[in-house]
Amino acid sequence: MTSSSVELRDIHVSFGTLEVLHGVSLSVEQGKTACIIGPSGSGKSTLLRVANRLQEPDSGDILLAGESVARTNPDQLRQRVGMVFQHFNLFPHRTVLDNIVLPLRNVRRISKEEAVEVARARLAEVGLADKAPYRPAALSGGQQQRVAIARALAMDPEVMLFDEATSALDPELVKGVLDLMAGLADRGLTLLVVTHEMGFARKVADKVVFMDQGVIVEEGSPEAIFDDPQSPRLKQFLSQVL
Amino acid sequence: MDQFLDTFLNWEYIWQVFPDLLKTGLLNTLILAGVSAVIGTVLGMVLAIMGLSTKRWLRWPARVYTDIFRGLPAILTILVIGQGLGTVARDIVGTNPYPLGILALSLIASAYIGEIFRAGIQSVEKGQLEASRALGMTYRSAMVLIVIPQGVRRVLPALVNQFIALVKDSSLVYFLGLLASQRELFRIGQDLAANTGNLSPLVAAGFVYLVITVPLTHLVNYIDKRLRVGKKVAEAPDKDLDLVTSGTVRS
Repeated sequence: MTSSSVELRDIHVSFGTLEVLHGVSLSVEQGKTACIIGPSGSGKSTLLRVANRLQEPDSGDILLAGESVARTNPDQLRQRVGMVFQHFNLFPHRTVLDNIVLPLRNVRRISKEEAVEVARARLAEVGLADKAPYRPAALSGGQQQRVAIARALAMDPEVMLFDEATSALDPELVKGVLDLMAGLADRGLTLLVVTHEMGFARKVADKVVFMDQGVIVEEGSPEAIFDDPQSPRLKQFLSQVL
Repeated sequence: MDQFLDTFLNWEYIWQVFPDLLKTGLLNTLILAGVSAVIGTVLGMVLAIMGLSTKRWLRWPARVYTDIFRGLPAILTILVIGQGLGTVARDIVGTNPYPLGILALSLIASAYIGEIFRAGIQSVEKGQLEASRALGMTYRSAMVLIVIPQGVRRVLPALVNQFIALVKDSSLVYFLGLLASQRELFRIGQDLAANTGNLSPLVAAGFVYLVITVPLTHLVNYIDKRLRVGKKVAEAPDKDLDLVTSGTVRS
């Protein structure tokens, strides 16, 4: 698994006349994990989506492994940056195996045998090898999210983005997905994680970023953010979520 | 009562018209409706994709086309195209109005089918396209492999309903004047009814229409049921076959 650094520079995003990101800069070193926390509507998901250009920024630069990818082919960028969504977004009309095989073949242009081999290996990694022939609807939310992670990993990404990956899960299913994410961090994949799981951020993150109203208010090590917050807004936020 | 029966169920006339209905009428109705259904479906998909485009110069013509062909009475469109184009297209189709009838039916059907497809494709959650794009698939691949198949599945019942309407509307091409061998069900029934002053041949034609359309109606219900059940119960691996038997059906 090769991983790369990712850097967002002075990102501005507007929806109509409403500017939701006011020049945000954020960098994650190769193999490190950054967690973005903050109240809803703070722009953290939008920032994450800029990293693989599902949201095109109005201005600013995106660097992957030190090279600008803000104006290159977005499909090539997305092959290198995997993303996991809050609502899994598995393809309901395809089996679990096909959910991985289909995009793999379509994007990588590899043989069916090769794709099936990769897909089965990735499913085994997330502990769901036996679910290959089922439709996603037959799986629990936690299992579906693990399939979605396997699907993203099958593309062999250098960076993984997680957009509130456990927010839609029943409480007892959250841990399995978080453990899987922590395992990816341990293996040296670069992770950019939008999350409400403060325990996860404290334990796994190398850097925690607090966003509010379209700007980064404070960033630092988990200890600095959680044990010694500086800004009143972060203090207030933490007092409500911890 | 006897007179009533004689007017609508005169077996002599019914036996007289039945061979023609089956040999000529049924075949022609199926050709008219079947070919227009195929062309209408293909054109309809093109219209749906144009209608969903972010580009105004693609969206706009699809919109205008749909408004026109959905807004006009079918009979008007069939006459205008069948006779109007007939003078223009004489070099290609000769004086044969049959292909022009099919063309007119196809154009009308495509306007409705395009709207059906568009609604279906639009109903697919945005996350499906996003997830596909996030995996590196192009817009085109994502639509063709992920979004459109899901959208089309959802509107299969509406699509079959449209095919039923097409079977019935195919009777309208009789206005274009057809050769004896080109007559569809309605025209054959109508010809004998006019000759005899008895409605029984039309009743016979109606019966054959029902033989086509009633099974289609049941196909709609079957697909509808299956789609709903398939969604709720997905415990069986892969093949939907098992889903039908294992689910409880509300109807």
